[in-house]
Amino acid sequence: MNVLWEQFPVFRDGFLLTFQLSFLSAIGALLVGTLVAVLRISPVPPLRWLGTSYVNLFRNIPLTAVFVFVVVGLPLLGSSADFLKIPGLDQIFTRLGIDLPYFRFSIIALSLYTAAFVCEALRSGINAVPSGQAEAARSIGLTFTQNLRFIVLPQAWRAAIVPLGSVIIAMIKNSAIAGFMGLYGDLSSRGQELVSAGVNGVTYPLIPVFIAISLGFLIMTVPLGLLLDRIEKNRMVKAR
Amino acid sequence: MAQPLIELNSVNKWFGSLHVLRDVNLTVDRGEVVVVIGPSGSGKSTLCRAINRLETINSGTITFDGQPLPAEGRALARLRADVGMVFQSFNLFAHLTILQNVTLGPIKVRGESKANARERAMQLLERVGIANQADKYPAQLSGGQQQRAAIARALAMQPKAMLFDEPTSALDPEMVGEVLEVMTSLAAGGMTMIVVTHEMGFARHAAKRVVFMADGELVEQAAPAEFFGNPQSERAKDFLSKVLQH
Repeated sequence: MNVLWEQFPVFRDGFLLTFQLSFLSAIGALLVGTLVAVLRISPVPPLRWLGTSYVNLFRNIPLTAVFVFVVVGLPLLGSSADFLKIPGLDQIFTRLGIDLPYFRFSIIALSLYTAAFVCEALRSGINAVPSGQAEAARSIGLTFTQNLRFIVLPQAWRAAIVPLGSVIIAMIKNSAIAGFMGLYGDLSSRGQELVSAGVNGVTYPLIPVFIAISLGFLIMTVPLGLLLDRIEKNRMVKAR
Repeated sequence: MAQPLIELNSVNKWFGSLHVLRDVNLTVDRGEVVVVIGPSGSGKSTLCRAINRLETINSGTITFDGQPLPAEGRALARLRADVGMVFQSFNLFAHLTILQNVTLGPIKVRGESKANARERAMQLLERVGIANQADKYPAQLSGGQQQRAAIARALAMQPKAMLFDEPTSALDPEMVGEVLEVMTSLAAGGMTMIVVTHEMGFARHAAKRVVFMADGELVEQAAPAEFFGNPQSERAKDFLSKVLQH
C-alpha cells in the first residue's frame, strides 16, 4: 500500500479530475434526464415516442458502447464538442477549455447514458405525485408547462431524490471508464499509468493501485450515500 | 338576453362500454345555485368535471359564458381560470403553504403582483376563517380547514362560476358544517354554483334548483321544496326514501 503515500500527488490530482468529471456529468445528466422525462409524459405523441426511444436505447446498451460512439463518432461527424467550452465555467473547470476533447467527450457520454436512468427515477417521482395535484393545477388555469414547473416537478423531485442519488452514485463509479477511453488525468488513467509506465522507472502492482483508486471513489460516494440516508430520514419524520 | 352561463346540450359520455352520461341537457343561469344529487355512480361527478373539461365528452356540446369549451391548450386554461373547482379530496398543493396555494393562480395565471395577490388571499382566508393558518402546509390542517382553503384558492381566481364535486364527502362529520357554512354564504352572495353533494340539508336551504341524476340520466329537476316535497319519478322517490328516513 506504499503506493498511496509515495505517489499521493498523482492520486490527489486524479481524484480532483474525477470529481470534476462527476460533478459536471451529474449536472448534464440531470438536465438531459429532466428533459427526457418531460418528453415521456408530454401530451404530444411524437415527443412521447422520442423520450421513450431515448430511454430504451441508452438504458439498454453498455456504457462502454456509449463512450465509443461519442469518442469515435463525434470526431467522425467533425465535432470536438466545443459547445461545452462554456465561458466562465471553463475558468473553474480548466479541462473544459483545452483542445484535447476527451474531457468534454467523457462528460457527454456519461451524461447521455445516465440521463436515461435520471429520467426513469424522475418519472417514478412524477407517478408518486397524486393525480389530484395536477388536476387542481389545471382547474385554476395553469398550462401544461406551468403545471409541471410549479406543481408536479417540485413534488416529483422530492419523491425522486433518493433514487436519483443512487443513479448519481452509480454514475460516479461509471466515470472510471473514462480513463480507459482516452481521458488523461482522472483516477483510473493515472492509476493505470503507475502500473504500466510507472514513475522514474518504478512501476507499481495492480492491486494496491486499484485499492487506492477505490478509496478515491469512496471519498465521493460514501458521503453522498450518507446524505441520502439523512434526507430520507428527514422526510419520514415530516411524513408529508 | 338573459343567456345562461353554463349550457349542456345532449351530452354523452362513455367509460369503455359504460354509458355514464346519457343525453344530458342542463342550463345554469348567472347567480343560480344548482345542487346535483343522486345515488353513487349516477354520473354526478362526471357531469361536474365535464364542465371544465377535466373529463372529455363523447358527444354533445358544453357552452360556458357563450363559448363552446375549447380543446386542450391555452384557451382551455383561460376558461378553467374562470371556473372555480373544489374537489372531494381538497387537492391542495402539498409542497406549498396555504397562502402560496391561494396566491399561485393569481400570480402565475392572472399576472397579479405578489403584494396584491397576497392581500386578496389574506382577505379570502379571513372570509373562510383560516387566516391564522396562512403559513402552514396543507398536511398540518384539519380536513375542514383544508377544504375551506381550497375554496379560497378557487375564489382567488375571481371565477364566474364554482363547481363543487362532493366537497364534504371526505370530511369527518363534525367538520361538514364549517364547509357548508362557507358555501352557503357564497350562494347567498350571488355566486353561480353547481354542487354535487349528498348533503340534503344544503340542497334544501341553499339550492335554487335541485337536479336528480340516476344511471347517467338527468331524471328530474325542480325547486328544492317541490323536489323534496313532491318528487315525480319513481327513482327519485326511492332515492329520497333511502336518504331521508334516518
